Amino acid sequence: MSEFIFLMFFIVVFGTVGEIFVSRAMKENGEVKNFRPGALIAVILRALRVRWMWLGVAMMAVAFFSLLAVFSFANVSFVVPVTALSYVVGALGGRFFLGERVNLQRWIGILLVCAGVTLVLIGRS
Amino acid sequence: MESLRRLHLKTLILIFIMVLAGPLGNVLLGKGMKHVGPVQLWPPAELLHVFTRVFASGTIWFGVGSLLVFFAAYMIVLSWADYSYVQPASSISYAVVALLAATWLGEFVPASRWAGIAVICIGVFLVGHTHPSTTENG
Repeated sequence: MSEFIFLMFFIVVFGTVGEIFVSRAMKENGEVKNFRPGALIAVILRALRVRWMWLGVAMMAVAFFSLLAVFSFANVSFVVPVTALSYVVGALGGRFFLGERVNLQRWIGILLVCAGVTLVLIGRS
Repeated sequence: MESLRRLHLKTLILIFIMVLAGPLGNVLLGKGMKHVGPVQLWPPAELLHVFTRVFASGTIWFGVGSLLVFFAAYMIVLSWADYSYVQPASSISYAVVALLAATWLGEFVPASRWAGIAVICIGVFLVGHTHPSTTENG
């Protein structure tokens, strides 16, 4: 169980913070309007010039390998719902790092997600 | 008004791709890792051994490919939509993961887990019903 908690920490915290960094890098890049493959590759190459992108991708890589490790001994239908805890980290990060407004309705939704994750955890045994 | 509707449609299409590719990727990774067997994080030599087994698995590579499709859609949608909108809206994928895991991998999903996933989806519905972008460059 301690190994599970250890790995879930990496998945949730590193995964979410990594995604927030990637989001910041993509926002600096500007809105994607052209969906042709060549244009998309140009977007990715431009994104790689933003430092937040590298930091974000590195953190997401740590989260990914932690996820692989958890999948080796735990059920997918148990692990994936628990990763929903990233909603809490995500809302806080979006609010305080990206300056997004999180209204009451969103907060209530996020609380419900937490309640749902708790139910999933209860059903482990 | 028209451009707002187009923005919503564009966002929904990309979220739909995320909701299919993400769960499929996770289920494939789960299937592949069960085949690889329990991972030992220590000593490092053992970890290296696990790495070689992981990357020799075709199922894992299909999972990675599926997650790359998910990730590409995610990055594209994040260029105009808020992170705290996209992440919750795409979380309907938790239900898709459970359905795939139960039917395809044959995982036993207890009632409390289904209930938990349902509550997560209600939370998602509440969170998703807002304008996709609240920051000025959206």
